[in-house]
Amino acid sequence: MVTLSELQALGQPVSAHRPWPRTLLTAPTWRHVADRLAAGELTLLGLWGEPATMHMAVLGAGERPAVAVFSIDCPDGRFPSIGQVHAPAIRLERAARDLFGLDPVGLSDARPWLDHGAWGIARPLASPPGEVGQARPYEFLPVEGDDLHEIPVGPVHAGIIEPGHFRFTADGETVVRLEARLGYTHKGQEALLRGADLDRAAKLAGRVSGDSTVAYALAFARAVEAALEIEVPARAVWLRALMAELERIANHFGDIGGVCNDAAFSIMLAHCGILRERVLRAAAGCFGHRLMMDRIVPGGVATDLDADGVALLRALLKELRLRFPPLVALYDNTASLQDRTASTGIVHPDLARRFGAGGHVGRASGRDFDARRNLGYPPYDTLSFEVPVLNEGDVNARVWIRIREIEQSLGLIEQILDRLPDGPVCVAVAERGAEEPREGIAIVEAFRGDVLAWLRIGADGRIARCHLRDASWFQWPLVEAAVEGNIVADFPLCNKSFNCSYSGHDL
Amino acid sequence: MRKTFLEGLLHRPLTEAPPVLDAADLAALATELDAVAQRRLGHSLSIREVDAGSCNGCELEVNALGNAFYDLERFGLRFVASPRHADVLLVTGPVTKNMREALRRTWVATPGPKWVVAAGDCAVDGGMFADSYACIGAVSEAIPVDLRIPGCPPSPTQLLKGLLRLLTPAR
Repeated sequence: MVTLSELQALGQPVSAHRPWPRTLLTAPTWRHVADRLAAGELTLLGLWGEPATMHMAVLGAGERPAVAVFSIDCPDGRFPSIGQVHAPAIRLERAARDLFGLDPVGLSDARPWLDHGAWGIARPLASPPGEVGQARPYEFLPVEGDDLHEIPVGPVHAGIIEPGHFRFTADGETVVRLEARLGYTHKGQEALLRGADLDRAAKLAGRVSGDSTVAYALAFARAVEAALEIEVPARAVWLRALMAELERIANHFGDIGGVCNDAAFSIMLAHCGILRERVLRAAAGCFGHRLMMDRIVPGGVATDLDADGVALLRALLKELRLRFPPLVALYDNTASLQDRTASTGIVHPDLARRFGAGGHVGRASGRDFDARRNLGYPPYDTLSFEVPVLNEGDVNARVWIRIREIEQSLGLIEQILDRLPDGPVCVAVAERGAEEPREGIAIVEAFRGDVLAWLRIGADGRIARCHLRDASWFQWPLVEAAVEGNIVADFPLCNKSFNCSYSGHDL
Repeated sequence: MRKTFLEGLLHRPLTEAPPVLDAADLAALATELDAVAQRRLGHSLSIREVDAGSCNGCELEVNALGNAFYDLERFGLRFVASPRHADVLLVTGPVTKNMREALRRTWVATPGPKWVVAAGDCAVDGGMFADSYACIGAVSEAIPVDLRIPGCPPSPTQLLKGLLRLLTPAR
């Protein structure tokens, strides 16, 4: 089993990268890391480009794993593909090729991913960007066999959800293969972030995936603070965690209701919808915005919590603790509902581990990882909570993980309210511009899994490059695997049980 | 389950009184609807929601319209699964170039008479994404827009006010 420090010894350390080290590798050692990823000794956390460099973040093994960033210079626009030996990297490499024109040498999949041929430019983040070539129709992977038929779905779906295209190949009612095509919500986030001042960049980061706006703002702020070595006031650290837990339970309530509704059990949606609304109203009452957008900023938080807010949250906790358990019992005791969710849409634990699937997707399939605990960022290092893990990997397990996480989060919110320190909630960041470029990385646990933020702040104090990686990158491919062998009619149920982000993935 | 139903019978509904539109609301909605349109819209509307590249914040609040507090359907407003069943397209997002064609086709598939509501700051004017290589900006750059509901995201109350404006004769 290779350790990250052994790999780091093979390359050149890069200065001014915090809190975890970045190491410049040569092509052979880059390939060596790829092999270690493929062997399951390390987990891929992210893979992203710059005009003439590729970076990857990896997670070591163990209960308190280390994180490392490895980079490779590619002056000729080529780098050895990780995806050729480690499948989770494939879409990330296709995206880097679309955005930067960097060619993953050895990757057999030559199709674009985010670029649908509609931007009017090619390689928009390369310097200089390219001319648009001949637009070619997207080729789905071929499927052969007797009596198979194709069902194209999307990008505009029947429900009020985000756009994406799903291509089913079915044998009668049974799905033989699902292939997703994403990128419809690509907004050019990374180009907008480039050159943005920290205020604007924080707002952009908060709009990568609206349901995780708190988590993204937190990841971005922590990366900025790591780069500039800023100490955030204690009260702000605790308020951030408070917002993150409120966001988590609001989303989990929505998801539990949504999954049950997709199994035609709408009473759960009605009741979970009420609980979700109560959380959002409490958030608006405490922080002035239902989704708490733009409330976490580099240096701290933008809104303090007053005594009324604390009372509001205590009343919310009481209400949720009263109303939620009967709903859990209702879910648990309704056999017709369990009949739909149990043994449906199974993600095998091996696959969850290989893809480093975070959140309820990973933890319902035996992957015992939660950035709050395993990376132990404050204030979670001093809070008491459990990380629920199941091994079944089906829709039912993903629902139960959410139920258990809500229970844990209610406990966390109570601990935070009990122990919330006094003091200022923000330090000024603007005047602390960097003299030389500085780099920072942060990983935080959003409701659907770990979000990674990596950035470089230039000497002018603006964002030179910022990459934000949603948990969905490593979950979308598992949706395809989970649906195989299920009936077409169970796809909405399976998909909702994942609830991957389209916008967070498409950037 | 029986207990849950019984409790539902014994408690007063959570549904709140409809919001009242004041002059400021009407100005903010920047509607181009005329009295003729409103007569034709009548008192029942089928709405098809189209995410044209939003961050999904708007979708969260549009979904919230269906919860017990706002209960959209009591106003005769309901979301439908197909543009072919719709009177109104409710469009969110800064219209990514990758979604432009799908949005246009959805609009073409909606039978006339039809109206378009641009919901959220991105849909109104492109929001923070107006200058991106990957976005067109305002929904009105892609298809004709009749009503604009600003907000990032618009709250369910703001959305409700905007949608009720479709049903309320101009004063």
